Amino acid sequence: MATRPVMTMEGSARRRTFHPVVMVLVSALALVAQSYMGYKLPRLALIDLPLLTVVYFSIMLRSPLTGTLGGTALGLAQDALGGHLMGVNGMLKAMVGYAAASLGVRLDVENPMVRLLLAALFTLGNSVVGFVIVARLAGMEMQWMWLHETARVLANGALAAPYYWLLDKLRRRD
Amino acid sequence: MEPFFSRYRNALTLVAVLAAQLILLATQVNAPTRGAKGEHREGRRVNLARYAVAGAVAPLERMFSGMGHGLRWTWSDYIYLRDVRQQDRALKADVDRLRLEEAELAADAAQGRRLQALLGFQEHYIDRTVVAQVIGTGGSDQSRVLLIDKGAGDGLKADMAVITPDGVVGKVRDVFPHTAMVLEINDQTSGAGAVLETTRIRGIVRGNSAGQVQVIGLLPDGRIHAGERVLTSGGDMVFPRGLAVGTITAVANDKQHPPYIVLTLQPAADLTRLEEVLVVTSTSAKAVAPEMVEVENAAQAAAAALPSVDATQATQPGQPVAVHPITPLHTDRYTPGVTPPAEQMQAGQNAAPVNGGTH
Repeated sequence: MATRPVMTMEGSARRRTFHPVVMVLVSALALVAQSYMGYKLPRLALIDLPLLTVVYFSIMLRSPLTGTLGGTALGLAQDALGGHLMGVNGMLKAMVGYAAASLGVRLDVENPMVRLLLAALFTLGNSVVGFVIVARLAGMEMQWMWLHETARVLANGALAAPYYWLLDKLRRRD
Repeated sequence: MEPFFSRYRNALTLVAVLAAQLILLATQVNAPTRGAKGEHREGRRVNLARYAVAGAVAPLERMFSGMGHGLRWTWSDYIYLRDVRQQDRALKADVDRLRLEEAELAADAAQGRRLQALLGFQEHYIDRTVVAQVIGTGGSDQSRVLLIDKGAGDGLKADMAVITPDGVVGKVRDVFPHTAMVLEINDQTSGAGAVLETTRIRGIVRGNSAGQVQVIGLLPDGRIHAGERVLTSGGDMVFPRGLAVGTITAVANDKQHPPYIVLTLQPAADLTRLEEVLVVTSTSAKAVAPEMVEVENAAQAAAAALPSVDATQATQPGQPVAVHPITPLHTDRYTPGVTPPAEQMQAGQNAAPVNGGTH
């Protein structure tokens, strides 16, 4: 059985496209689901659906500009809903969107294992930079909890595969 | 110049976006607007952003919440009816028992009302509440914020207390036309006045970064133990006095603010499973509950036993009044006037009789 290479330059020219309305709706639903999940299933608050959504659209569209702006919009919306400092998630998601889109050009993002690893990696990066922003820049009290962060990375990585498979169904046919 | 911008367009956009948000963050951290009571208030722009997002998200959340309730109602009221007959029999037995208890309680309540009228002690108690449904949360594990389905149209205002029958939940943070944002007591930006139930020691309730409810601002005291209940003190002018906050689970030194200690609480209201909450929209002055009458009487008895000031002797304003020390039960060598002058004393002589002594 031939395996698909993880890194490819050939596929970089072929961008996956989505209808803008679909992107806006999926992002809004991710935000609502995250908020709804928080009180229905508090343990699932570990999962960051807006983050997974930003990573998905960024790696699939391969446009750092779209990734940055989309990430900013979704992050700021998350901040507005969260009731804390505006801009923390906006900055985090902007960086994630930019980095994911830049990596999406170089990696085979159709590979489920790559997607899982990317989701886990960006979750960890999001937590580390978030800790620096909240605890160091904003001077708020925040503790780094290894167990909690490990569980968050694993949970987001595990959810990425089925979630991205679902989002693949919304892709435009070329 | 143009090739530079077009070449680094993406990176420059990222830098610009980050810089703009960094400035936004700095304005919130360095120059917070203070409300009338000294609490943290945000600028108009930030509030507008929250207003817009909450306005967009709330209808969807309300829809999801309604669908969830509808499904549960259909399941529990029409489909899942196992053991209903058995429950009915048990409930009928409970009703009979409660009727007997009600008669006893009615007599106690009448006595309580008579005592309250005699004492005339006034305190602010909950007068009117609005029942609200929780339809969402802040959406991250760092934010302890709830979204409820009642807003300005239902008479809600910022800083109103939010409770359940079990205890305190938090306070209203932002009010929108049909929804409101509630800051839970386990959020690290929240705060409430608290008092320990038995020792009456006062402190401040707040949350920590891990989402635990804590009482801070207390000095070490041997009387503070795990298991004691913590109530609202009413001093913050948000929460009515006497509401249950939680039970102490741990007492530890406050490493950031020595020599203070920090108490970790198990919240009285289950903050992780909130469905309906009550928003206290008005309070009124009412007589205290019977147990408070007992506390008041105990305070009066303690005051009577202490050295007192005779107010009847103060005929004119500003004139000092006499202080009467309490009469000692027996004389001792320390009581003023008992010990003879030094020149009259002889070697080996006792200055004053000692109870039970054989000198």
